[in-house]
Amino acid sequence: MIRPHRSHPLWYAFLLHRLSGLALAIFLPFHFYVLALALTEPDRFGELIEWVEYPMVKFAEFGLVFLLAVHFFGGLRLIALEFLPWSPLQKTYAAIAASAAFLIASTFFLSAI
Amino acid sequence: MLDVRLYLLQRLSAMVMAPLVLGHIAMMIYAVQDGLSATEILSRTQGSWLWALFYGTFVLAVSVHAAIGLRVIVFETSGLRNRALTVFTWAVFAGLLYPGIQAVYAVTAS
Repeated sequence: MIRPHRSHPLWYAFLLHRLSGLALAIFLPFHFYVLALALTEPDRFGELIEWVEYPMVKFAEFGLVFLLAVHFFGGLRLIALEFLPWSPLQKTYAAIAASAAFLIASTFFLSAI
Repeated sequence: MLDVRLYLLQRLSAMVMAPLVLGHIAMMIYAVQDGLSATEILSRTQGSWLWALFYGTFVLAVSVHAAIGLRVIVFETSGLRNRALTVFTWAVFAGLLYPGIQAVYAVTAS
């Protein structure tokens, strides 16, 4: 069953960021392994690099670049949310939230004394 | 589960990587144009301190970032906690850093 929050766009943003990050982390050891062969087994390194001529490999590379780019932009979005200053409207909302809370708490307090 | 230090380290490693990722993508698009070959890659990177520094920083930052990221996923999806979680985080860090540095050395050493 698909729960309601999972149809929200932000859920997909989260999911895409998580899955792309996970996939990139799984890919990295293979990436490093092939590159390290340049020193230990140069012939094998050359052979593996030539794989990029296969259409399937090119398509897989497209996928990897997409994962990297989408994780990059998702990360920028997170950093912007967390570190950039709030817009005037956001500050207004935050001030309204604090004032409303103060009003409610004061109402309670006035009733209590 | 993240404490403040791990959270900040995750954001710091991300900020370090942001320009490196852009550089990496630009380099890939440039390099793949005439097809890739071992000679072509190595002629660009071998003996270059600049590329060694670029990719060395990248490997360090990505090892930190992936270790903390996988830690969060494992925490949320498995029963791994406390010491086991710490061991897992360090294992991912070392498991990426060591082969990563080896890879950078392999393509930049002259």
